Amino acid sequence: MILSKFASLSLLFCGLFAMTSQASAQVSVHDAWVRATVPGQHATGAFMQIVSTTDGKLVDVGSPAAKLVQIHQMVMNNDVMSMQQVAEVKLPAGTKVALEPSSYHVMLMDLNQQIKEGDEVPFTLTVEDAAGQRQIINVSAPARALNAE
Amino acid sequence: MNYPISRRKVIAGLGLLGVAMIAGCENKQALSSIHGTDLSDENFGRSFTLTDPQGKERTLADFHGKIPMVFFGFTQCPVVCPTTLARAARIKKLLGADGDRLQVIFITLDPDRDTPQVLEAYVHAFDPSFIGLYGNTQQTADAVKEFKIYYQRIAAGDTYTLAHTATTYVLDANGKLRLSLSSSLTAQECAEDVRKVMALG
Repeated sequence: MILSKFASLSLLFCGLFAMTSQASAQVSVHDAWVRATVPGQHATGAFMQIVSTTDGKLVDVGSPAAKLVQIHQMVMNNDVMSMQQVAEVKLPAGTKVALEPSSYHVMLMDLNQQIKEGDEVPFTLTVEDAAGQRQIINVSAPARALNAE
Repeated sequence: MNYPISRRKVIAGLGLLGVAMIAGCENKQALSSIHGTDLSDENFGRSFTLTDPQGKERTLADFHGKIPMVFFGFTQCPVVCPTTLARAARIKKLLGADGDRLQVIFITLDPDRDTPQVLEAYVHAFDPSFIGLYGNTQQTADAVKEFKIYYQRIAAGDTYTLAHTATTYVLDANGKLRLSLSSSLTAQECAEDVRKVMALG
């Protein structure tokens, strides 16, 4: 009896493993870049385009470049700029979602060191699909000049 | 005793008033067909007393003869401040030889973090002629009030960022506030407006 329980448990685990190893959303990141900083500057922004093959959402971003990394949304109202942290950015299936200066972007705050033009800054993006499964995507973003437009 | 005013004097008086009114209108019409907003009739943005990165006190009057282009921001700003300053650098180039008459002034809303060294390095990354200015708490508050700037700290983890007015102000060579330029205007549109302010003398 114990053996059959073990067997059925094994089958269950195999089944679960099979489910998780099925293709989850394919997420690709394009044109990622970070704005360079001057010495002593404590914060900057990172921008990129993300495409997910299935419906998903970006739920977290991390980087060793700063102590605090958050996803922010820039809002312009009557020429007053404000930013607020957002918990997630929706990634509708097959849609190129831009993290760009005029909308969502990654805020790197309390930088660990100056980011010089040409530096490669590593990021980890956490994307959650419609089934609630999460995957980590590693991105390397080159730093563009502070006055890059 | 009542002296009757002659009809001739009344007509002369009215004529003078008419000329004065037309002359006044001419001044306002000088800024017609602009992309920004004409502030010639407004009574703010008249002065500031701040410090430059070398520790020298600078007032708005110091820039008489130049066309000041004033923007309030902070260096930890990832978006609007770099793009506005980059646009200002392009405006200066578009003005050609007249670009030397333009004085871009970046006033920090965050003197706690924008030290003189950071401020200078930051504005010079856009153009070596740009000036970054800072003040103590009172001087910053005075400048903000005088230029009707809105700003607010927004908590972010243990640190903060700022919401703030993204408008650029342009004054004439006599230090009179003339224009506001929205952050959404292109460098070309701004340059066209600045040329009109320069034409005022």
